[in-house]
Amino acid sequence: MRRTMAKASLHTALNLLFFTLIGTAMLAITYNLTHEPIARSEENEKLRLIAQIAPADAFDNDIVKDTAQLAADPLLGNDNGTIVYRGRLKDRPSIAVLQVIAPDGYSGKINLIIAIHSDGKIGGVRVVSHKETPGLGDYIEIARNNWITVFNGTSLENGKDSDWKVKKDGGKFDYMAGATITPRAVVKAVHKALQYFAQHREEMFKPHPAAKADAVPGEGDKK
Amino acid sequence: MTSQEFKDILYNGVWKQNTGLVQLLGMCPILAVSSSVVNGVSLGLATAMVMALSGAAIAPIRDFVPNEARIPVFILIIAVLVTVVQFSMNAWMYDLYVVLGIFIPLIVTNCIVLARIEAFASKNPPLQSALDGFAMGLGLTAVLAVLGGIREIFGHGTLLSGIDLVFGEAAKTMVITVIPNYHGFLLAILPPGAFIALGLLIAGKNWLNLRAEQKIRTEAAPVAATQAA
Repeated sequence: MRRTMAKASLHTALNLLFFTLIGTAMLAITYNLTHEPIARSEENEKLRLIAQIAPADAFDNDIVKDTAQLAADPLLGNDNGTIVYRGRLKDRPSIAVLQVIAPDGYSGKINLIIAIHSDGKIGGVRVVSHKETPGLGDYIEIARNNWITVFNGTSLENGKDSDWKVKKDGGKFDYMAGATITPRAVVKAVHKALQYFAQHREEMFKPHPAAKADAVPGEGDKK
Repeated sequence: MTSQEFKDILYNGVWKQNTGLVQLLGMCPILAVSSSVVNGVSLGLATAMVMALSGAAIAPIRDFVPNEARIPVFILIIAVLVTVVQFSMNAWMYDLYVVLGIFIPLIVTNCIVLARIEAFASKNPPLQSALDGFAMGLGLTAVLAVLGGIREIFGHGTLLSGIDLVFGEAAKTMVITVIPNYHGFLLAILPPGAFIALGLLIAGKNWLNLRAEQKIRTEAAPVAATQAA
């Protein structure tokens, strides 16, 4: 009796293991086939968004090629280093496009890009990718709603730190009923990015020795 | 598959056993996403696709899966399929992914997929199982479309808003403003509005069913009477 039960359990366990192995193999194959095209389309999407938030008359260099590596920083919300895109006007720093992560979205990380003029004013903010609830938290996408434009022209100077919250928490930023956690995370991330910019402005714009072409794959179209 | 079988499965999925109105499964994503027609139909179609695929994938192996381990195996296969669909769409159909992408992970949490596998695909051949999944998905899409329509009209005063995300900028002209200068009605957009609208839809379907039954009874009655005489 005991032996047959043990045998049945073993059979079930092996069966489960077999299907798990097949599932893992399928996922691994799919990941290998798709991660390059996915990275490419995300890169293209990012370049398209940069063109939206960094006005063409704010810089005259090739912004997507003029990059610098930034180390991971709690204010940027990232665990690995990222790239900052640097815009210059007549060889003087004019605008920086930072990539930051809001780690505390409703369902995980929200990837943002933020363009900040050299005077500390925000040129614009865009969401690159997120996993917020469809129909509730997705109004942070520019394609669905223009909420994200509330940041345009804001800076650390025109408000106290306590203003950098959604209205529900006593700040000055609007949000939409049904989803508060999402805009709360975005506002916090933008605020931290501004603080980071204020602290690192000088070193961020240091010209790098030789233009590294490998930093950005693909062609950037600024328009 | 005979044509009668085909019709039965289709009728079952779309009307008789409708997931949204009769089985009442997978309410969480349904109520969250049905705030507009475009959102509702998008989730509905994505679900139909995954249900058809998982039905077709699980029916052929139904005899090899031990009874005790069937639920974890089914969930595993559904989760793998959904992830494969999500990766592939992201890589090769990026424009569609931008629209449907955020809905796809929601499908795994939808118990209707597992329920149809357990109730149908684990007992029937692949072709029928795929059709059953697809028909159930279509029924869900229809409910989501109507629910989304009701909530959108009462909540925003529009219909088909967001269609430009599916068909490009040019489709912006397809958005219908039903009530001009409408200030919006929050209740309809929030989850309680979804519950109320769904309740009305279920009541409507039950009323239709009841009426159809009565019609059959009144038609049958005179025949019985003449026979008795």
